[in-house]
Amino acid sequence: MIELKDVSKSFTLHNQGSAVIPVMQGASLTVAPGECVALTGASGAGKSTLMRVIYGNYLAASGQVLVGGLDVVQAEPREILALRRETLGYVSQFLRVVPRVPTLDVVAEPLLAIGCDRQVALDKAAALLARLNIPERLWSLSPTTFSGGEQQRVNIARGFAHDYPAMLLDEPTASLDVQNRETVLSLIEEAKVRGAAIVGIFHDVGARDQVCDREINVSDFTPGVAA
Amino acid sequence: MTPLLQVNGIEKRYGARIGCTDVSFDLYPGEVMGIVGESGSGKSTLLNCLAGHLEPDAGQVVFDTRTGGPVDTVTMSEPERRMLGRTDWAFVHQHARDGLRMSVSAGGNIGERLMAVGDRHYGQIRDRAIDWLGRVEIDGARVDDRPTAFSGGMQQRLQIARNLVTGPRLVFMDEPTGGLDVSVQARLLDLLRGLVREMGLSAIIVTHDLAVVRLLADRLMVMKDGHVVESGLTDQVLDDPQHAYTQLLVSSVLQV
Repeated sequence: MIELKDVSKSFTLHNQGSAVIPVMQGASLTVAPGECVALTGASGAGKSTLMRVIYGNYLAASGQVLVGGLDVVQAEPREILALRRETLGYVSQFLRVVPRVPTLDVVAEPLLAIGCDRQVALDKAAALLARLNIPERLWSLSPTTFSGGEQQRVNIARGFAHDYPAMLLDEPTASLDVQNRETVLSLIEEAKVRGAAIVGIFHDVGARDQVCDREINVSDFTPGVAA
Repeated sequence: MTPLLQVNGIEKRYGARIGCTDVSFDLYPGEVMGIVGESGSGKSTLLNCLAGHLEPDAGQVVFDTRTGGPVDTVTMSEPERRMLGRTDWAFVHQHARDGLRMSVSAGGNIGERLMAVGDRHYGQIRDRAIDWLGRVEIDGARVDDRPTAFSGGMQQRLQIARNLVTGPRLVFMDEPTGGLDVSVQARLLDLLRGLVREMGLSAIIVTHDLAVVRLLADRLMVMKDGHVVESGLTDQVLDDPQHAYTQLLVSSVLQV
């Protein structure tokens, strides 16, 4: 479902003496449907960078990034947008929303974007929010005023609203208490059972061992370190 | 899928100075494209060339019309272009005063575009005007008030209602949230996003506000000195800018 072939990435800082910083080289990996792969490596090794390259947020310098058959490196913006709408979900560490939009609508939005019936979308959003212990009295408020942990859970609810065949999870269990962590882990398990291919970053070793089938150390793709 | 708008090699010069040059892109139905750049970069010139307000010196602006398929709007006759401007196209000006008739009531402002496409039933026109006032969050009781009695944010929303009432397929927006305070801006962004999704609009938005394009635009074009220096997916251009100027632009944003 997700396949990387010899992907490299470098940043060119034009305004800082045109410094070229190579950050990734020869990255190759495959994730099959129903499989969850953890990216590991020290902070700064390029875990999030790799994830952003898969999402099309960062432009790879060379190589191929195939998600559901589409090469994200070469694709047109509208093709990537369609991919993100239907196939590829991403739960980032930060919630980025239009101010003033109620939490329930924020969570339902991915479903509305694929043409889901409004009531069905809102019901599913409500179920997810309830499962993640967001009190119902907060649903009609914008999540911009929520605490860090609440925002994180809203973000997860939004990420799991639509059943994406491929998902990227950037520290989904960070800053969550035990009970919510369990809920998130069972959401991930359920996604695997329905056949989602998942790439995740987990600093939480227990969580990683529980849901991940394999680990990939991104340090192997760091230029100059790996042979 | 046929692009809704195909732009090929648009150039506009003011004497020896370049307004914009060598601009080409395709816009597909439902896409929202942002054009960013500092003042004087040619973004408004480009928008005016695309919308038929300025005549480009070179290039084509091919629009996929409902009846006749793709037609070059630069070479089409003036009446045809005007008809397009009243039906399938809409233009939201930076200053609402430029897009509204200030001496005509709010309802009249919305109704004018309906009458221009052949609506004649006064009651229906009035009902639709009130319906649209509600959609842009203006109290329907203000339908008979003139825009001069409205606040800046309300005027801007009225301008949007006036433009969208005929169900256009392509909306040009020149700094639609410029000059509005941030709370009003957020309301307007939310409103625009909802309308774009519900009506399946395509839009081209010129702005210098990177936060606005991040929330509204699917794709982004960065202009400098009349040239397009970078284009692509909005979040990719903002998070991983490739061109020196875009890097400068992105790193110059003040963090709140």
